Amino acid sequence: MISARGLRKSFGDFEAVKGIDVEVRKGEAFGFLGPNGAGKSSTMRMIASVSPVTSGELRIFGMDPATDGPAIRGRLGVCPQEDTLDNELNVFDNLYIYGRYFGIDRATCRDRATELLEFAQITEKAKSKVEDLSGGMKRRLTIARSLINNPDLLLLDEPTTGLDPQARHVLWDQLFRLKQAGVTLVITTHYMDEAEQLCDRLVVMDKGLIAAEGSPRELIDAHSTREVAELRFGVGEHEGLAGKVEDLGERVEVLPDRLLVYSDHGEEVVTAVLDRGLQPIATLVRRSTLEDVFLRLTGRSLAD
Amino acid sequence: MATDTSPVTSRPAGTLSAYEGFTRQYDYWLTVYKRTWRGGVVSSFATPLFYVVAMGVLLGGFIDADPERLEGAASYLAFVVPGLVAAHAMTIAVSESTYPVMGAIKWHKTFYAQLATPLAVRDLVNAFLGFVLFRVASACAVFMLVLAPFGVFESWWGPFLAWVSQVLVGMAFATLTFGYSARLKSEEGFGVLFRLGVLPLTLFSGAFFPITNLGPVLEWVARLTPLWHGVSLSRMLCLDTVDWPLAALNAGVLVVLSVVGWRWAVTGLEKRLES
Repeated sequence: MISARGLRKSFGDFEAVKGIDVEVRKGEAFGFLGPNGAGKSSTMRMIASVSPVTSGELRIFGMDPATDGPAIRGRLGVCPQEDTLDNELNVFDNLYIYGRYFGIDRATCRDRATELLEFAQITEKAKSKVEDLSGGMKRRLTIARSLINNPDLLLLDEPTTGLDPQARHVLWDQLFRLKQAGVTLVITTHYMDEAEQLCDRLVVMDKGLIAAEGSPRELIDAHSTREVAELRFGVGEHEGLAGKVEDLGERVEVLPDRLLVYSDHGEEVVTAVLDRGLQPIATLVRRSTLEDVFLRLTGRSLAD
Repeated sequence: MATDTSPVTSRPAGTLSAYEGFTRQYDYWLTVYKRTWRGGVVSSFATPLFYVVAMGVLLGGFIDADPERLEGAASYLAFVVPGLVAAHAMTIAVSESTYPVMGAIKWHKTFYAQLATPLAVRDLVNAFLGFVLFRVASACAVFMLVLAPFGVFESWWGPFLAWVSQVLVGMAFATLTFGYSARLKSEEGFGVLFRLGVLPLTLFSGAFFPITNLGPVLEWVARLTPLWHGVSLSRMLCLDTVDWPLAALNAGVLVVLSVVGWRWAVTGLEKRLES
């Protein structure tokens, strides 16, 4: 569906994407994971065929966005990071009019709009102004709108940013359903849990480059331990105490508010820490996540 | 990968014809019109009528000039009306191509949403300008119809061609303004455009008085303004005093400006949206 070789994007002197290779296959959910400014959105805009490629090769459905942009866009669904819903139109018209841009006839547009309102669980809001919708509803409407042309490939740029946990779960459920229906999904996110939930395969991007690639499980296996012991000490003590626990795990990360000890047996680490007379204010043993992979690969947490 | 066997001259895959690009946006602009036509009635029809009554009838009542000095008009009202409508065409065209363009880029992001579909920048510009021209054409048509009973037109066909010339004025100004708005980062630039562009043009391009009154130098400056060409054309056609070579020049200038403006609008929006 997507094939990129040495893909680059520059804005003047600033290079947002510095040569990446990506292959997305039909039917999979593929993720671009990384902090703000990693180059995810620039990559997405190139895939969406609205931003010219600076250099390298990009093919979507085997076509070149530079020459076949309209044909590619006709088969894409795009859910941008910022809502671009038309506030002046009501909810139904946002879907109906968007369908017309794809050349879908009026009757089919009306049917599709009605179905999609159902799918997005906003049927009762059909005649409401977009302004009157909650954040979660607006996102669902945006996703519904991106499905009006029955796309082969759906691009979702930070789909759940700014949503409360409940709204995120409703949205995830809908994305699962699309995936089951065979729609290829490409998702950018800086939420690790979202990437783990939704993506079959993902790349971790940092500073315009791909730092790692694989399934969430593969990445965790390759770049982290099975478990992590989190130790919280008093303010400013973490740096100094790192040396006293570093032999307990495969490695130790020092964060401003806690120490992370990477080990396949987290509980044993905690026991050993207490045996050494150290008194953490709080401890937590958890499984490794993509957050740990990111920390390992870039030396920074995603929130930076 | 499949070998490309398409002829070199073919359009990029999926590119829409200008007609299809236009019709796919018809429902959108129809909805916009249904929502905004009431506000348009006041600005498009009532305001110019106030001008006609105040400037043409009431102020014009004090002006008792020789038709020779009024470019052949029998009364000041007959003189001022064709110029007023042309200036009005400019005002509508500029107003509709300033804040609405910036809004579609910056505030509502309508253009971004539309561009994620098979529509191209060219298609967005065409439909947008098509809507502006519809506004200009309908406002000028109503204006001209309302004025007919005042006895200011000298032939039956003249006013019809004058109306076409007013639409041309609208087209030239809409395309140029669109190009300006597409490049503008902040709306403060519009204040400059209205104060240093629209207002002086309205006052000094021959709509209210013959530009010969400006003196030889300023008269030539006035002749170089796009609005003067529209006023001149509109007036000659309404008063049936057509100097055909001059009319051809006037129309030619407006057509050339429209073509150049359209190019400028498309390139401006491409630079802005397709970075």
